[in-house]
Amino acid sequence: MNALIETTGLCLAYGGQTVLRDVNLSIAPGEIVTIVGPNGSGKSSLIRACIGAVQPASGRVIRSGRLKIGYVPQSLAIDATLPLTVTRFLGLPRRIPADRAARVLEEAGVPDLGARQMRDLSGGQFQRVLLARALLDAPELLVLDEPTQGLDQPGAAAFYQQIEAVRQQTGCAVLMVSHDLHVVMAASDRVLCVNGHICCEGTPEIVASAPEYRALFGTGTQGALALYRHEHSHSHGPDCDHDHDDGHAHPARHEAAE
Amino acid sequence: MLDDFMVRAALAGLGVALAAAPLGCFVVWRRMAYFGDATSHAAILGVALALALELPVTGGVLAVALAMALALTALTGRGVSSDALLGVFAHAALALGLVAVSLVPGLRVDLMGYLVGDILAVSRGDLGLIWAGAAIVTALMAWRWSPLLSATLSPDLAQAAGVNPRREQLVLTLALAVTVAVAIKVVGALLIAALLIIPAAAARPLTRTPEAMACVAMLIGAGAALGGLLVSFALDTPTGPTIVSLAAAVFCITQSLRARA
Repeated sequence: MNALIETTGLCLAYGGQTVLRDVNLSIAPGEIVTIVGPNGSGKSSLIRACIGAVQPASGRVIRSGRLKIGYVPQSLAIDATLPLTVTRFLGLPRRIPADRAARVLEEAGVPDLGARQMRDLSGGQFQRVLLARALLDAPELLVLDEPTQGLDQPGAAAFYQQIEAVRQQTGCAVLMVSHDLHVVMAASDRVLCVNGHICCEGTPEIVASAPEYRALFGTGTQGALALYRHEHSHSHGPDCDHDHDDGHAHPARHEAAE
Repeated sequence: MLDDFMVRAALAGLGVALAAAPLGCFVVWRRMAYFGDATSHAAILGVALALALELPVTGGVLAVALAMALALTALTGRGVSSDALLGVFAHAALALGLVAVSLVPGLRVDLMGYLVGDILAVSRGDLGLIWAGAAIVTALMAWRWSPLLSATLSPDLAQAAGVNPRREQLVLTLALAVTVAVAIKVVGALLIAALLIIPAAAARPLTRTPEAMACVAMLIGAGAALGGLLVSFALDTPTGPTIVSLAAAVFCITQSLRARA
């Protein structure tokens, strides 16, 4: 099968500052790919380049012809002056019948919210409405940028279960940025560890045992604890020939989380 | 019927109010109040240039307002913009315009007319221009409503759904410039932004969807235009400011309704 999205030699820059370089990434139909990495590592930029919201500084992003993407943004601030019901939100930019809105809300696990104001939703409800909107056009690729930000642990776990369920029902591929490493390790087919470039990638098992990943996230408890402890510097294996000249070059000094 | 100056004034006010309301909703939602101020204040500079070059005033206003709006869009797009910067533009445009008008040789214009409007002096030709401009703005808003709303909510979300947020921003910029050009005769450069923002803000507490807010804003704007005309006739007050004052009164009422609810 052909890749849904393929990037070759992708470099991204903001105001002359390179945030991401040499990314070669390809996503096959139906697979779940997760991007992990410290804050400011270029994860969100990579996602935004994939949906076409950022133009590459160099390199290319190739989307397969007429690829339908469902996008769940990191956050969405709705101005207090904008009245917006859930149903109307789902119908942007293309209006949909009310029964279709009701159906997709049920799919996302939040039935009966249609008439509520977007601003009155709880964090978990809001994320599910965003998910419902992303699912509307039966996307071949679902793109999520830290979709569980602001949710508590059970809320986040339930949300990822929903995504897994959606993948099974619809067969869509999933590309997401996540901070919830334990969930990532359980639910992903492939993990990309990003820190200004792709540090390492592969199945969760391979990535979890890669020195680059351990350097970033520590070794203990599948990284769940390390999430709160890791430092944003890392050393590279002897076969690695690049250095860190873009702002995170400190001596590699790590206390692994136990 | 159009021979009566009150009828022409009423139709002019209605035209501008109806066109300004939906556009004003976007100005409010996107927090572009200062942006609207800067664009409409630039109109005075447009007046000066048009008079100096002996061109039609509406054309001069349209050109300068558009140039100002495009310049601001370029600046805000690059993230240079701030509240202060927009404030500088808004007031500098006004000051420069006033200076420029005074420099045009051998010219004695009724500056007050351009600053606060002169709706009672609207001619048949003006009326045609106002309704043509209002029709263009209303048509633009109706045509681009949903994409504009998507881009307003989240540029990224719009992009993923195939909407180009930059193009929608351009539509808004264009509509704003046209509105300024046709509204200057009715409420004047100082108060055009008020006519955009106040009806929309007044409609907010009464509504639950964006479309309802635009419709209610149109009603409030139209009511303020007609009511303001009558009140100004009865009290012999300047019409443009009276229209805006009435809209502001409606705003106070709807806000207190929400506070009680």
